[in-house]
Amino acid sequence: MAGAALQRRLTWHLSRVVKATRETQRTKTLALEVPDWPGHTAGQHVDVRLTAPDGYQARRSYSIASAPEDAPQVALTVERIDDGEVSPYLVDELEPGDQLELRGTVGGYFIWSASVGGPLLLVAGGSGICPLMAMLRHRARQASTIPTRLVYSARSLDDVIFYKELESLASRGDGFEVFYTLTRSQPAGWTGFSRRIDREMLAEVAFAPSLQPLCMVCGPTPLVEAVAESLVEQGHAAALVKTERFGPTGG
Amino acid sequence: MSFVSRAFHGRPRQQDNAGRIPPGQYLEKGFPVLSAGPTPRTQLDKWTFSLIGEVDKLKNWTWQEFQKLPSETITQDIHCVTGWSKLDTVWEGVSVDTLLEGIDTSAEYVMAFSDGGYTTNLPLEDLTGGKAWIVFNYDGAPLEKEHGGPARLLVPHLYFWKSAKWVRGFQLMDKDEPGFWETYGYHMRGDPWLEQRYSGD
Repeated sequence: MAGAALQRRLTWHLSRVVKATRETQRTKTLALEVPDWPGHTAGQHVDVRLTAPDGYQARRSYSIASAPEDAPQVALTVERIDDGEVSPYLVDELEPGDQLELRGTVGGYFIWSASVGGPLLLVAGGSGICPLMAMLRHRARQASTIPTRLVYSARSLDDVIFYKELESLASRGDGFEVFYTLTRSQPAGWTGFSRRIDREMLAEVAFAPSLQPLCMVCGPTPLVEAVAESLVEQGHAAALVKTERFGPTGG
Repeated sequence: MSFVSRAFHGRPRQQDNAGRIPPGQYLEKGFPVLSAGPTPRTQLDKWTFSLIGEVDKLKNWTWQEFQKLPSETITQDIHCVTGWSKLDTVWEGVSVDTLLEGIDTSAEYVMAFSDGGYTTNLPLEDLTGGKAWIVFNYDGAPLEKEHGGPARLLVPHLYFWKSAKWVRGFQLMDKDEPGFWETYGYHMRGDPWLEQRYSGD
C-alpha cells in the first residue's frame, strides 16, 4: 500500500474570507486566510463546518483549488447545488470578512505533486476540475515541464470554470495541453469536442498506455465510471488510474 | 462550541429521524458512489471468498458455494464519512457469524480485502454477533458493480468505507493494522456516533 501513514490529529481552523470571486453562474471561489494552516498537497480536500445559533452543524467536504504554494491562503471553488444546505450559503451568503470553520487536510490518495513526475493525464467533469486545478497551479508555480494533458467536459463554454486561466496556462508552451468538450451547447465556430467523453476521444487525446501516464479522473459518477473503464480497456494499468467522484447530491 | 456562522440557519431539523442521523451527517435519498479507482470486473466463476491469516484452517467458498449458505434480509441505516446517511437500506447476504462458524482463531482484528487492491481493517468483534454481512443483493436486485457487486461487506454500525466493496476475503490478524483509507489518515475504527472520521477523532 503506497502512501505514508498520516496519523496527526486534525483540528478545526477558523479561517477568514479574504476574497469571493464569481467564476461561473453556479460557482464561486472563496479565498480563505487560515491561521496555523498545516499546508496541503494538490488534490486534497478540507471539511467545512457551519454552525447555526442553536448549535446545529452541517459539514461538507470541498477540494482545494489553489496551489500549496499559496499557503496560508486556501481557495475553495464551490458549485451551488440548488437544494443544498451548505453550498448556497457558501456561494450566496459568505463575503469578505466572514469567518468559516474548516479542517484538513484530508485525503492522501488523489494527489499529485511535481516530484511524482508524469506524464499526467487529468480528466474533469464540471466542478471536478477543482482538485485538478490545484495540480495545474502547483505545476505552474514549480515551473514544471512534466507533459500534462487536461480533458475537461462541461455543459457549455460558460460552465467551464477557470477558462481564462487554463487558456493562459496552455499558452506557456511548457508541456501543458487542454482539450475541452462541451456537451450541451457550443459557441459559433467551436472547434473542440461536443460530446460526452468516450473511448475515441480518449484514444485521440490521452497519452499512450506505453508511456504509463498517471491518470487522475474527477467528476460526476457516470463520467468517472465511463472514463476509468475506457482507460483500463485501452491498456492503462488500473493502479495508475485514480478517481474522485462527486455525487449528484451533497450540496 | 463558541463559533456561530453568520446568517446560517440550516435545514429544518428533522424530528422524524431523531436519533437516527449521527452528528455531522445529513439525510441522503440517493445512493452516491465513492471509490478510489476503476470499478473492478469480477467474473462469478472466478469469484471466491477466503478466510486467511490467523485461522486454524484456511477457508474458501466459490460463488456457487457461497450462494448455498443461509442468507438473510437486512434493513439498516448507513453512514458515509463524506457526510451522508441513508435510512432503511435493504440488503440480502450471509452473516459473518455464519462464515466464522467452527473457525478457531486467536485473532482480534480483520483486514477485509477486495478486488482492485482495496483493504480496510476492523476489530473482529465489530464483525461478529449479528453486526456484519457479506451482501450480494441491494433493494431486491443483484448488487450493482458501482456499489460493490458482486458482493460487498456490510458493517452498518461503522462509517461506510469499512463496508468494503468487491470484497474477496478476510485476513485475520492478532494486531490491528491500517487498511487503505486508514493509511491516509482515516480513523482505525470509524464509529459514526462518536464521529470517528479521522485519526485522532
